Amino acid sequence: MVAKEVALDLYRRLLGIRTFEEKAAELWHQGHISGELHLYSGQEAVSAGVCAHLRPEDPTAADHRGHGPLLAKGVDFKKMMGELLGRRTGLCQGKGGHMHLFDPSLSYGCGSIIGAAMPLALGPALVAKMQNRDLVSAVFFGEGAANQGTFHESLNLAALWKLPVLFVCHDNRWAVSVPKAQSTAVPWNADRASAYGIPGVLVDGMDAVAVYEAAGPLVQRARRGEGPSLLEATCYRFRGHFETDPLVYLPPGEIEEWKAKDPIPKLERHIIESGFGTDQDLKRIREEIRAQVERAAEFALSSPWPEPELATQHVFV
Amino acid sequence: MARELTFAEAIHEAIEQEMARDPKIFILGEDVQLLRHPLLQKFGEERVRNTPISESAFIGAATGAAYSGMRPIVELMMIDFFGVAADQIMNHMAKITYLSAGQLKVPLVIRASCGGGYGDGAHQSQTIWALFAHMPGLKVVIPSTPYDAKGLMIQAIRDDNPVLYLEHKLLADYWLGLLAGANRYKDIQAEFSVPKAGTKGQVPEEPYTVPLGRGEVRRPGKDLTVVSVGVMVHRALAVAEHLAAEGKSLEVIDLRTLVPLDRRTVIDSVKKTRKLLVVDEDHKSYGLSGEIAASVAEEAAGSLDDYKRVAALDTSIPFSLALERVMLPSEESIERAARAMLK
Ligand SMILES: Cc1ncc(C[n+]2csc(CCOP(=O)(O)OP(=O)(O)O)c2C)c(N)n1
Repeated sequence: MVAKEVALDLYRRLLGIRTFEEKAAELWHQGHISGELHLYSGQEAVSAGVCAHLRPEDPTAADHRGHGPLLAKGVDFKKMMGELLGRRTGLCQGKGGHMHLFDPSLSYGCGSIIGAAMPLALGPALVAKMQNRDLVSAVFFGEGAANQGTFHESLNLAALWKLPVLFVCHDNRWAVSVPKAQSTAVPWNADRASAYGIPGVLVDGMDAVAVYEAAGPLVQRARRGEGPSLLEATCYRFRGHFETDPLVYLPPGEIEEWKAKDPIPKLERHIIESGFGTDQDLKRIREEIRAQVERAAEFALSSPWPEPELATQHVFV
Repeated sequence: MARELTFAEAIHEAIEQEMARDPKIFILGEDVQLLRHPLLQKFGEERVRNTPISESAFIGAATGAAYSGMRPIVELMMIDFFGVAADQIMNHMAKITYLSAGQLKVPLVIRASCGGGYGDGAHQSQTIWALFAHMPGLKVVIPSTPYDAKGLMIQAIRDDNPVLYLEHKLLADYWLGLLAGANRYKDIQAEFSVPKAGTKGQVPEEPYTVPLGRGEVRRPGKDLTVVSVGVMVHRALAVAEHLAAEGKSLEVIDLRTLVPLDRRTVIDSVKKTRKLLVVDEDHKSYGLSGEIAASVAEEAAGSLDDYKRVAALDTSIPFSLALERVMLPSEESIERAARAMLK
């Protein structure tokens, strides 16, 4: 059981992600966002439940499906939407794009080479330790990435040096078209943590409260200087791998089965049943967030393109 | 008999015919059972193997399988991801034949997509072929037409050495469709200036090879030699066509492979035109354009009156199309350079 404030805070984070992502999908289909788009819809509870324990200055790294943690940490929707649209006003002036987002104000960065975020996340954790700061470095990746060498190297190094890292694995069952059973020799990545002598915890990633409760002790442990741990959250990509996914490889009915576990209505029921809020209260929150996202989209659409001179700037500083 | 195939169909046909001929050939890589579904249906899971996202492991495994008697085609979805397996490719795949004094052969093909121009960002749009061409022991193939796509693939498979086969995403239409989103554009090929002659063309049905290391003069001319590979060959041809209307005659050479490199065709052409323009979608510095200039300087310095290059700028590839257009070579930038040389 979580307190009212926590439940409502989780709700805002879930909705912020879902509302933003669905708007991004709309803009993508209209041709306003170029290239691929890997959305986080369906997985919201994972980022919401973990990031509710993070401070803005806690280093956070992610992969190609990295919108979740950035939105959950409270990014400025306008700057993020601007970046997705490749505009001058975006987080990185349009240079990064949806898979390469950087927001130093939230100590956030992502990239799209699978498995690359885990080693990077060790660095800020090492710095925090060297400087005696109680920061926690959180890194988000898919179950597909857990088969890169970097996963094992990073777990080992983090354990060896007792670094304050939380490894968060989204087990959304699929890596593009490859099911976990075809890529991973053991059923659960959480079990792989034992090979490095660190805690590995498996949680229902469709339940924001469950993720919040599972992540709390792991984050606090790292903050206290007791070392890294691995959280594996079962979840699902509601929109497929990316917006062009033909989905031909999915067993029939699988998406529907997982949509029935949607974390948003689940948390709504929890809030109402616990007396934390009424339908009306929740509707107000939804409308407020929708309006923010719409404003962000308008802002991005009316933003200028980056000037050509920017192309050659920032190779070095 | 020749008939019209797409660039992607030509590659598929090459692999299908070779796999039917030689049971030693098998495919491994991420999502290959989806991407190469017809081959899976025809040859089964043993020969079309999905891998985990473990490029170092499965590319290393392909090298080991190759020196153990098989002929793997290993798929590295996008060339940008090579870094994960860089040690396996550069220190092992490329060197084992030499270090074993030829006792071990590594007959394999790395098949990877490459190239930008559709606004996908820095980790998805690179060509970086010079990195591989620099490494002794790797052959590098970059087809620009369906005919070459098939003939070069068959030759690459039959070669007893490791060959990197790069298919440009603008030419292999399924990549462009998947990554840029075909359904949301009225005409995706027009949207990204996809060269028609690169995506569709006459391809003989029977197996044939195109030799590695032989460039092709795509358009004969006498005023300026333009050398390129891949999509940029077509951009150069379009410029040659514009300038022909003004009485300027450009000779366009498609190198087709970077290793081996057909220096002879370039030098012979330069001796005739005395002017050389290299167009490269890879970065400008330390790459193909410099290599071509150096080769001409070494063998025919006296024949060269003017040299320029139009290449990708020495920056990462920016996501925003507004910047990517500046960063990559285009018909406009090629034409500007050509005009300056023909004044
Ligand atoms: C090193 C590397 N290999 C392959 C890819 C292509 N790729 C992009 S996303 C993806 C699947 C990732 O699966 P997972 O890690 O489970 O994350 P999910 O997409 O399910 O969130 C692949 C193979 C890549 N980006 N980087």
